[in-house]
Amino acid sequence: MGANIYRNKKPAIVFLVPAFLFMAVYLYYPFLQNVFNSFQEIKILGGRGSGLTDPWYGNYVKMATDPIIRTALKNTLLMIAATLVGQVGIAIVLAIMVDNIRIGKTFYRTVFFFPIVVSATALGLLFNLIFLYDKGMLNQILEKFGKTTLTDWKGEGIALLTMMIPVVWQYVGFYFVILVTGLNNIDDSLYEAAYIDGASTWQKIRYISLPLIRNVICTCCVLGVTGALKVFDLPWTMFPKGMPLKSTFLTGTYMYYQTMEAKNVDYGSAIAVFIVVLGIVLSQVVNRIFRQKEDWEA
Amino acid sequence: MKSSGTIYKKSPLQVLCYVFLSIWAMSTIYPILWVIQNSFKAKDRILADSFALPLGDLFTTANYRKAFSNLDIAGAYKNSLFISGVVCVTVVLLAGMAAYAFSRYHFKGVGILYSLVVASMMFPVYATIIPVYSMETAWGITNTKSWILTMLSVILPQIAGNLAFAIIVLTGYIKGLPIELEEAAYMEGCSAFGIFFRVIMPLTKPSFATVAIFSFLWSYNDLFTQMFFLRRPEMRAITRLLNELTSQEGTNYGLMAAAVTLVVVPVIIVYIFLQKYIIKGMTAGAIKG
Repeated sequence: MGANIYRNKKPAIVFLVPAFLFMAVYLYYPFLQNVFNSFQEIKILGGRGSGLTDPWYGNYVKMATDPIIRTALKNTLLMIAATLVGQVGIAIVLAIMVDNIRIGKTFYRTVFFFPIVVSATALGLLFNLIFLYDKGMLNQILEKFGKTTLTDWKGEGIALLTMMIPVVWQYVGFYFVILVTGLNNIDDSLYEAAYIDGASTWQKIRYISLPLIRNVICTCCVLGVTGALKVFDLPWTMFPKGMPLKSTFLTGTYMYYQTMEAKNVDYGSAIAVFIVVLGIVLSQVVNRIFRQKEDWEA
Repeated sequence: MKSSGTIYKKSPLQVLCYVFLSIWAMSTIYPILWVIQNSFKAKDRILADSFALPLGDLFTTANYRKAFSNLDIAGAYKNSLFISGVVCVTVVLLAGMAAYAFSRYHFKGVGILYSLVVASMMFPVYATIIPVYSMETAWGITNTKSWILTMLSVILPQIAGNLAFAIIVLTGYIKGLPIELEEAAYMEGCSAFGIFFRVIMPLTKPSFATVAIFSFLWSYNDLFTQMFFLRRPEMRAITRLLNELTSQEGTNYGLMAAAVTLVVVPVIIVYIFLQKYIIKGMTAGAIKG
């Protein structure tokens, strides 16, 4: 009976064409063109290539020998590690704590989520003021605790940490909400049974909560990895052009730098291809790690 | 029987939970309050003691007066709202139609089409931006003096970037609707288009709202695309303006604090009223159902 309405398939075409037209013109075609571009000689953004590079994989040779892309890759991997440990880790702790309290759940959810809504550019400016060398918020706090010298939060060595803290901080609330939803889906009767058996709070967390939200944690990890590869606004606002001494580039900000600042559009395309490959490989790895664990316990 | 609340007794552990949660809450609330209070102080006073409340002779609106005379904040807001508004409406409409087709029509190749949509979620903007720029330059809509064309050059790629996510979320919702209402409408002589606009859309209003909010915020906060396409000062949207401010007035801390406040406060107000939909919208892709 229901199939009657939808036996005539013609309207489906009208429904699908506009969306696919957009995606074909703005995603599929540019994606392929970008792979093609990475083998071309292009110096002007928006301009056409002046033929293949010599050799045709020249940009990839350049990438293999470029010390800055190695720094950028190292920083990106560190950013991913910080995302997994910091964002997802803190989010798990906060989610379990909220699951254990009665009053104020909505309040904490609202407050924790709020930095995600604010533009990362505005947060970048905000953190510039917090980490300011000459009496920013943090250095003023340290001064109150009796520290006499000022810390250069954007100096060499510590700059990377200064960049990662706001990025991690901003998205904790995102994973927190996802994890809390997962925890809410756990059947109360399991906790009741554990309570009657005299399980401690820690045992309830260890043997009920955590195992039952493993899939949710896996989703968070995959989102965290792909999210870390996309980070752009905050690092670029706080540390434009990889300062100090090009040591804070991420793969994304380096791609932008090569394309817009250094005018190596073709090399920028090659880095973009590299980012895609990195994303696919890493999300596969995360998926596999979590699947294996599931198999052991099954 | 009993709710989980009764199982957790009041204990030192719970107090500890409240302490930790409140510390994290402080870390998200306080920086904003700090920047707001400092936006009402003169530059040198911020450096002397940034924790004092701006009372008495500490209080000044000079930063705001400077912000409004030096920066085209109203213009940037207008640009931002226009871009994000158009992106949001178009995404909801196009994604809604595609999602309807995906949930109700069965034909050969529908599975492949759907996996194409899922695959496009994996395309980072980095991998498409350069060819998109070349394409739009060839059409003559980048780097022009025309306001509407420049806006369009940002709007179009942003629509494409949001479609895949929106289609996936909306397909999930529409699939869950009971088909009986559509049948009734069909019996009354409603066409497929009529069903979509008069039955599906009203029924899924909350989910369309979450997708709309997500697309709007994503577009509003997206600096990367704006950096490529909005180069002329009068075309700048809010995030682009802020980015420009850091490189030009990086040491005028009072002005920076005022600018951050002007950008963040409206968003916070909207967030407080719509937080239920916003949180749902932003996490909808990750949570099934």
